[in-house]
Amino acid sequence: MTFLNLVISGAANGVVYAAVALALVLIWRSTGILNFAQGGMLMFTTFIAWDLVHLHGANYWVGLVVALLAGLVLGAVVERVLIRPIEGGPPINPVIVTLGLLLLLEAVAGMIWGSGVSSFAPEFSLNDYHVGHQLILFSPDYLFIVLAVLGVMVALYVLFQHTPIGLRMRASAFNPEVARLLGVRVGRLLTLGWGLAAMVGALAGVLIAGTQPGYINPNAFDGLLILGFTAAVVGGLDSPLGALAGGLLVGVIQQLLDNYVSIDLDSFYTFVVLLVVLMLRPSGLFSRTAVRRV
Amino acid sequence: MTSGLVLDNVVTTYGAVRALDGVSLDVADGKITAVLGANGAGKTTLLRTVNGLVRPAAGSIRFGGHDLLATPVERIVTLGIAHVPEGRGVITELTVEENLRLGALWRSDRRRETVNGLATVYEMFPPLAERRDRAADTLSGGERQMLAIGRALMSRPSLLLLDEPSLGLAPRITAQIMATLRRLSAEDGLTVVLVEQNARSALSVADSAVILNLGRVVASGAADDLAGDEQLRHAYLGF
Amino acid sequence: MSLLRRSTLLRNGLLALCGLGIMLAVTEGLSDYRNTQLANIAVTVCAVAGLTVLTGLSGQISLGNGAFMFVGAYTVGLLLMHNPGTNNGELVLVLAASALVAAVAGGLVGVAAARLRGPYLAGITLALALGLPALPEYSHFQGKLGGHAGLNFLAPNPPGGMNFFRWQAWVCLIGAVVTLFLLANLSRSRVGRAFRAVRDDEISASLAGLSVARVQILAFTVSAACAGLAGGLFAVINGNVLPSGFPISLSLSLLAAAVFGGLGTLSGAVYGSIIVTLLPQWSYDLAHAFSMPDRVQLNLPQAVYGAGLILGMLLFPLGIQGGVRRIWALGRNALRTKPAGN
Repeated sequence: MTFLNLVISGAANGVVYAAVALALVLIWRSTGILNFAQGGMLMFTTFIAWDLVHLHGANYWVGLVVALLAGLVLGAVVERVLIRPIEGGPPINPVIVTLGLLLLLEAVAGMIWGSGVSSFAPEFSLNDYHVGHQLILFSPDYLFIVLAVLGVMVALYVLFQHTPIGLRMRASAFNPEVARLLGVRVGRLLTLGWGLAAMVGALAGVLIAGTQPGYINPNAFDGLLILGFTAAVVGGLDSPLGALAGGLLVGVIQQLLDNYVSIDLDSFYTFVVLLVVLMLRPSGLFSRTAVRRV
Repeated sequence: MTSGLVLDNVVTTYGAVRALDGVSLDVADGKITAVLGANGAGKTTLLRTVNGLVRPAAGSIRFGGHDLLATPVERIVTLGIAHVPEGRGVITELTVEENLRLGALWRSDRRRETVNGLATVYEMFPPLAERRDRAADTLSGGERQMLAIGRALMSRPSLLLLDEPSLGLAPRITAQIMATLRRLSAEDGLTVVLVEQNARSALSVADSAVILNLGRVVASGAADDLAGDEQLRHAYLGF
Repeated sequence: MSLLRRSTLLRNGLLALCGLGIMLAVTEGLSDYRNTQLANIAVTVCAVAGLTVLTGLSGQISLGNGAFMFVGAYTVGLLLMHNPGTNNGELVLVLAASALVAAVAGGLVGVAAARLRGPYLAGITLALALGLPALPEYSHFQGKLGGHAGLNFLAPNPPGGMNFFRWQAWVCLIGAVVTLFLLANLSRSRVGRAFRAVRDDEISASLAGLSVARVQILAFTVSAACAGLAGGLFAVINGNVLPSGFPISLSLSLLAAAVFGGLGTLSGAVYGSIIVTLLPQWSYDLAHAFSMPDRVQLNLPQAVYGAGLILGMLLFPLGIQGGVRRIWALGRNALRTKPAGN
């Protein structure tokens, strides 16, 4: 039962990693850029929600919605102001710009909210469920997390696969030049894509912030970014479904290692998992294409 | 409104290379104009300059009273110009039907146009109808060319630009494609600019032709006249 | 050919010796505080110079050089802790060990990294920077690596009753100059040309008979060795090492320094390191002048690193040096084309 419980709680964490991975995948797929600032962006939007809820007495849902909208705007602004001008340059430039943004956002958050830790109270209980006398490592809050992330994924799936704007976004991502010749305003859709990706990231931030007291501070989400990146790489970096599978897998592996080896090495495992995956299958475990797009 | 595509003294450069060196061209409405020449003659650059993917250093390009040089790439299709890019240019990750839908997506009346357009294209190219839900990367070369042309027709263009449609296709398929172009031009009055290296099959359907060499127009005239000029054929067309 | 190479070596050597002489003389007149600053700049120069060679010359990016500093620092920490009474001569060996151990670690990561490009490489080195400093916290290592509290040890005493801070500056300056000297020769050598060939076009480099993977692993190893030495010097001047002393922001500040100075130039590594090291002090002064709250002052340097990285890429994609060079080239072209236009 312990093992099953570890798998359950690992998968529940993994759902959040999947959301971060999805935020990275959406941008990678459309621009070939890995958004290292994603951790900083979702940290910032989570702080905005925390500020509203805990300093100004707003309702949790108001905080969540504002964080999502802030993510949308932040993502769009970042694409327009920082990414657009360096399009087509050396591939190292977006890496440096997004890292610069990460540092800048963490510093600005530190200036506004201080560098100490703060707690974001979850809306639902963190007390685990019982089935009979058996404890299940799964709480109402995690149920909410799973439903929220899966809900967003379904909504994005419908948007991408079954709406004209989704078709335009996919066309722009796969073949921008042909898309432009067909009248698609690729630039606008890239902006929208960054906005949507950052919104998914913002959701992940608010959700995970509630799972531990004292979770949030300006650097708290660095590890989440790496976990999300690992999940995305495991899933092949360009596949949204792969991001989900990768997130679940990384969550479970992390939980098992934490429990059976030592929790002290938590952040080291991520490196090891990433290393093993990249050594064995650089294109990811779930990628459709075997060709590495780098 | 009937003044078609007119290029006047267009110069397009890539760095120090003059890919187009003062090209002037008056494309006849409702006719098929073939643009011929060897590799590197500037044929593809000509199309990319017309549709705005490359901006020329000098000259003017007008279409139906619109200045194309002042028109963003994304707006070109709304003027009635559809482009069939080199190497087919179908989006392989999308399904056949999604590719076709994209063709009409810019239209405000796209619901009706999509339904009508799909019916027309599937009737014209039955293999596409059978594979409508398959990803485009499962199609054969000929089917991809059909898809690219079908997608261009979805926008109900008055001018169709084709870049090397016969490239890599079997002669029988090429002949089918050429026949389709002929029919579109004859029945619907579609204006076609056909860029081809395969001069023989292009001249077999074209009304008129221009021959490019190193970015300059070296000959132009009725297709039959050019096909009959042995000297030209040997010098530039290789047959 | 061999004469030419020897002369480059000689020239670089003389330059290094002169520079070192001047700097060592200068330390005489500096306050303890300034000498400490100088030492810190020199430490940063070691790490940044290694990174700039890796990124600028071989085209790889590493966000993990903070992790290699960690390796070097812990190597020095363990050696000094277990060998109290190490003298200054032995200190050279201890520091060499820090570079060596980090080089081995870098080589191992480099084997994996050689298969990876761009964002993949950046991602895994970032994971390394986050993950490696967790090792001392592991319960089985705590006894040896000191866990959360880190390692405490005594650095050798200054020779001949020399001022302690001046001696620190000396040690670090010598380390930095040796690093720069070796890297300058390396980048001029066949190896440096191999780095550049691989950076510019991997396919043609491999067609020309270079083993791309081997060149990239070597670049990674060199860069890690420099970071290791920087970490070792850092340990010597601090007398202790902590797992929390090597956050991700350390690795990113090294990258910032390399970008400020212009990727690939050693002199740029020096400017960049000066800026990055003095920035916290400047921000402290500025914050005091405008009586800003602490949390603003503490985060100002990082905000400047971040904004600097972004602006650097938007305005000068080749860094300050590259920017100067570009303006210079523009001016020269303008002069050259003018008569032709007339």
